[in-house]
Amino acid sequence: MIKFVLMVNRQGQTRLSRYYHSVELSRRAALEADVVRYCLSRKKDQCSFVEYKDFKVVYRQYAALYIVVGITDSENELSIYELVHNFVEVLDKYFSRVSELDIMFNLDRVHIILDEMIQNGHIVETNKSRILAPLTAIDKMVES
Amino acid sequence: MSDVVEKTLTALPSLLSLDSHPGSAKLSSTSKLGNLIRGITELTSKHEEEKLIQHELLAIKEQVSSPNTTMRQMKELMVRSIYCEMLGYEASFSYIHAIKLAQQGTVLEKRVGYLAVSLFLNESHELLLLLVNTVLKDLQSTNLIEVCMALTVVSQMFPKDMIPAILPLVEEKLNHPKEIIRRKAVLALYKFYLIAPNQVQHIHNKFRKALCDKDPGVMTASLHIYLQMIQENPDAYKDLTPSFVTILKQVVGGKLPMDFNYHTVPAPWLQIQLLRILALLGKNDQSTSEVMYEVLDESLRRAEMNHNITYAILYECVKCIYTIHPKSDLLEKAAKCIGNFVLSPKINLKYLGLKALTYVVQQDPKLALQHQMTIIECLDHPDLIIKRETLELLFRITNAQNVTVIVEKMLEFLCISEDDHTTIDLVGKVAELAEKYAPDNEWFIETMNTVFSLGGDMMQPDIPNSFLKLLSEGFDSVEEDRKLKLFAVNSYVPLLRGEPGKLPQRFLQVISWVLGEYSHLREDLEPAEVLSLLAKLLDMKNSSSETKSWVLMAMTKLCKGGTDASVTQEVSETYSSSLDTVLRQRAHELQYLSQDPELRARVLPRGANPETLEVDSSLSFLDRFVSEALAAGAAPYKPPHQRQEELDQSKALSLEPYGLSLPISMSSCSITDRQSPTLLSMSSGLSGDSADLSHKGGSSALKLDGVKRVWGREGYLAQREPVEEAAQVEVPSPIQSPGRQGEGDSLHSQTPTQTPTPEPEQEKQQLASSLFVGLASQSSVSLMGKSEPTPQRFRRKAKGQGPGSSFNASEQISSSLISPPSAVDNLLCNNLLDSNNASELAEQTSQLSQRLTTANGTCHTEAELTEPDTKGCNPALRRDNCVVAADPGPHDDPGRLTEVCLDSYLPAELSGLSHSEIAPLCANQSLNLSACHVQKEDSLILVVFIINSSESAIQQMLLQVDSEELEVSCLCDSPAGEMTSHSVAVGQYSLTVKRPAVHVEVVGTVSYQLPAGTSQSLQFSYKVPLTSFIRPFVVSTEEYGTMWLSFSHDTKQNLTLINDNQEPLTATLNALKKKLQLHVVEVIGMEGIVACRLLQDLPCLMHCRVNAGWLAVWLRSPVPDLPDCLIYHCQRALQSL
Repeated sequence: MIKFVLMVNRQGQTRLSRYYHSVELSRRAALEADVVRYCLSRKKDQCSFVEYKDFKVVYRQYAALYIVVGITDSENELSIYELVHNFVEVLDKYFSRVSELDIMFNLDRVHIILDEMIQNGHIVETNKSRILAPLTAIDKMVES
Repeated sequence: MSDVVEKTLTALPSLLSLDSHPGSAKLSSTSKLGNLIRGITELTSKHEEEKLIQHELLAIKEQVSSPNTTMRQMKELMVRSIYCEMLGYEASFSYIHAIKLAQQGTVLEKRVGYLAVSLFLNESHELLLLLVNTVLKDLQSTNLIEVCMALTVVSQMFPKDMIPAILPLVEEKLNHPKEIIRRKAVLALYKFYLIAPNQVQHIHNKFRKALCDKDPGVMTASLHIYLQMIQENPDAYKDLTPSFVTILKQVVGGKLPMDFNYHTVPAPWLQIQLLRILALLGKNDQSTSEVMYEVLDESLRRAEMNHNITYAILYECVKCIYTIHPKSDLLEKAAKCIGNFVLSPKINLKYLGLKALTYVVQQDPKLALQHQMTIIECLDHPDLIIKRETLELLFRITNAQNVTVIVEKMLEFLCISEDDHTTIDLVGKVAELAEKYAPDNEWFIETMNTVFSLGGDMMQPDIPNSFLKLLSEGFDSVEEDRKLKLFAVNSYVPLLRGEPGKLPQRFLQVISWVLGEYSHLREDLEPAEVLSLLAKLLDMKNSSSETKSWVLMAMTKLCKGGTDASVTQEVSETYSSSLDTVLRQRAHELQYLSQDPELRARVLPRGANPETLEVDSSLSFLDRFVSEALAAGAAPYKPPHQRQEELDQSKALSLEPYGLSLPISMSSCSITDRQSPTLLSMSSGLSGDSADLSHKGGSSALKLDGVKRVWGREGYLAQREPVEEAAQVEVPSPIQSPGRQGEGDSLHSQTPTQTPTPEPEQEKQQLASSLFVGLASQSSVSLMGKSEPTPQRFRRKAKGQGPGSSFNASEQISSSLISPPSAVDNLLCNNLLDSNNASELAEQTSQLSQRLTTANGTCHTEAELTEPDTKGCNPALRRDNCVVAADPGPHDDPGRLTEVCLDSYLPAELSGLSHSEIAPLCANQSLNLSACHVQKEDSLILVVFIINSSESAIQQMLLQVDSEELEVSCLCDSPAGEMTSHSVAVGQYSLTVKRPAVHVEVVGTVSYQLPAGTSQSLQFSYKVPLTSFIRPFVVSTEEYGTMWLSFSHDTKQNLTLINDNQEPLTATLNALKKKLQLHVVEVIGMEGIVACRLLQDLPCLMHCRVNAGWLAVWLRSPVPDLPDCLIYHCQRALQSL
């Protein structure tokens, strides 16, 4: 099961966070700081999976942006690692070459995309065109 | 001023060159958001962030409540609030506006409103109720986008109680022509299933329809529900196995549309999901497993492309193959596959390979042998995560031969690890291994010393507790006991002479306790010296008051007056004026007892008989005090929840049915509820015979109910292990004859000398031979997971003899001085006669263990060891007279023993009662197992029939039964021992509910030995309907009222009414009474109250009211989950009418 998805830049600033189990607001900042410090301290040739407290963390770096996913021990790390890439590919498709600023200025849309892919900590859709369908429909409605 | 800011910021988008992007077109209008983002990117310190966000929050707050704010602006405000919350600053004032936005906004605004709600609120937030109407409206909208949004938010969060309001609408959407709506409706139902499974109980057939949907997306969505349901109850969905297999076959065969591919791999996450489902279905089930062999083979074959995602699928496939009933060629392929993982230069694959190997070695430790050199390399890997995973793997293959090397590696890691969680986890594992496999006393004590020093004060408190328990209870040999204790003393004294200030508090507490108890064993050690060492601890600045209290306690045990007087005198004077009351108490005790040797000898006897100590948990010794207080007009005691409830009642309008006025409720409460110790003491005080009530069982053993469970570590409870692992698939043991074991031996004896290798290589190979020793010969042991090839060194002492010794060291300190610390020493003296015998046995055992090569050989060893030991009251091993062994006579084919014929083996006392159909459980070439359950008024009996269908007798048969949800107790003795050919043995177990669940299950293992000497085991599981535990609970309306108030767990639900000629309420209640044996307490007008209990004593009350054509039911119980389970069965019962 997926416990959270984070997008963090190299300075450790959170760009997106989504929790699939309830974590108090006050505890989130500390958790994020901890997890990010862990991931940032790791070298390129090291494993992309880290243990943190009682769960595992899978991270993947895209330029200056890290996508970090917290999962339970029963989850398949490698499939989550590739899910992250699928997510980035979807963002890339939507924003045509996504950058950190796209994500910042369109936080709501990135969330909408993520909501299509993951719900309740489970992967619910991975088909790129289907993930984007509701959002593009909304965009079209707004334009007209 | 804001205009200026806006102007400067209109330049921002172009500055950031975002114009070409589709999403950024609307950015120019969101300048305030742009401003915020700009501010955030420029932050350099936490302080600045706080300033910026607080300022932002003020601005949002002001604008959000302004009536002129348009929905478009509101949307932007919500995104800004999301930003603030993301950075950790609460924006709770905006929550209600998020709901408003979802309600009033259009398209994107509405979606952002829903998004903000799902980000801001947790599932139990009360504001969520305000969303229900909006969702209801949107579900009925003609705009598909709005329907989509509503379904999305529903599948993320929805108030549990409001599900009935939208359920029909969601169900309707299952037939929608658009697949996206159908898919989202299925996901919404999945959410309902997660939060309130009984609400969607009736639409299981619609799930099946979704599974067969022509759109792959809808089908995929339904798999979430199935995975969940199959996890809970695999047996109910076995019939779907061919469907899942077909789906997987089609996916693997590339039958899905191209857009489901990810990097040319067809729907990889769907494949993974299906493999997980298949693993659950095939576990412990040969026939179901056979259905899936082909597709698993296909999956392994297809996944040959060199991409991460194919490895992710392979990993799941390997796990599945090792979970289901084994097939040798698949196992072989899977093993090869793991080889590719661990040998891969890619570190992520290596990691996953280790994880797979860790899972697999529990079934087949030989695989670890194959990859031993890789494992050694991983052990020295620079990446700590890889190292950590390798240790996890080694932990699973630890045995008595390699324990020292593995523990050494773990301790090495502990020294470099900085993560607290890892430390706690590893320290626990080292302690577990040390207790289980310690080769000698010195090693054990030294390892535990390291554990205590490294684990510090973070480690689980049960580690020091169980260590002290082990030390005090001792094990089979008296002489060994003494040596162990002496060695502990010897190792602690230099530690205290050194720098005790550096030791963790927990360790100091252990040291003080051991020195207090056992320092007298070392003859050259003067108590005075120990006292002064201990006194030194008191003076240390960083000693906690808890530690000081342990130290004072130890000093009390040691002081003898005379020369020691000065130290104790000084200490007790210092602390008798301490502000800490516990320390003051200890100091006074020390003072009195050191001055009065006679009293001390009585309170803390060192050589006395181990007296059984009765702990009066009912506190009946306070009865007189209580009754006097009551007589003097004091208010009777009320438990906190009752007090709260009454408080609430006095404040608000009473909505509780049959709420009784206070005086009545109190009097009946104290009489009816005898389970609660506090109430018991009061009522017994009134009746005056509390002793009889307090412990019906009347056993003379020390009663510390709760404590025992905490200490029941796996390492001790050897008996339980097979049952715990019963779920594991039985893998045919490839090595059963000594001849083949020889091969295994030569395999690793050759290892160090294979070819001339460079120095470091040789070092590694040496390490390998020490790490993987004992694995080849152990292959079938592994079936039982962590069962040990040699008898455990520290075995729990037979309970019958040493009851007084099962005390909790800390409890001893806090409760009273009259604990039996020296009981153990005394036990030593008593058992001295047996010591020769025991050591001889130990020798015999070690010989045996060398000779025996198979798993159950271990059992055999244990049996040999325990049998002459008359104290060992292991019922399973006793040759008993309860086995009904009989010759079935004319039956030529005993494999086909019919039920009729098994009926006759039902124990005579049960034969008159109604029993369930005798169902076959499992069978192999020699044994046939069947079972049924018999309903008695006050109990439920499980009867297991074991039929020896082979032509030869079997030996060492051992039947063990356990359950997660049930308390299983053996009636007479478990069938054990020898069974002649074609005979039937019957085991009887009384079942009561420990933890209610909708479905409860008993699992068991029969292990036995064939005449050829090979050991076998057979595992089974048996489902018992929860309904068979339900018994009527006869109470009066008054009692009912009192109980109703004191029960804290409840659930409400509407049930369908039965409408025949009768009055509907009576008809429905009668139907429930008949089907579920509920007791109808009273029917008043349109309301009825019903009570039942689940065996043994789990009451549940039910209040029913006819309301708008439904039966509104409200259940309450002191047991969590019981109301939910019961409502489920009520529903089922009414449906089946």
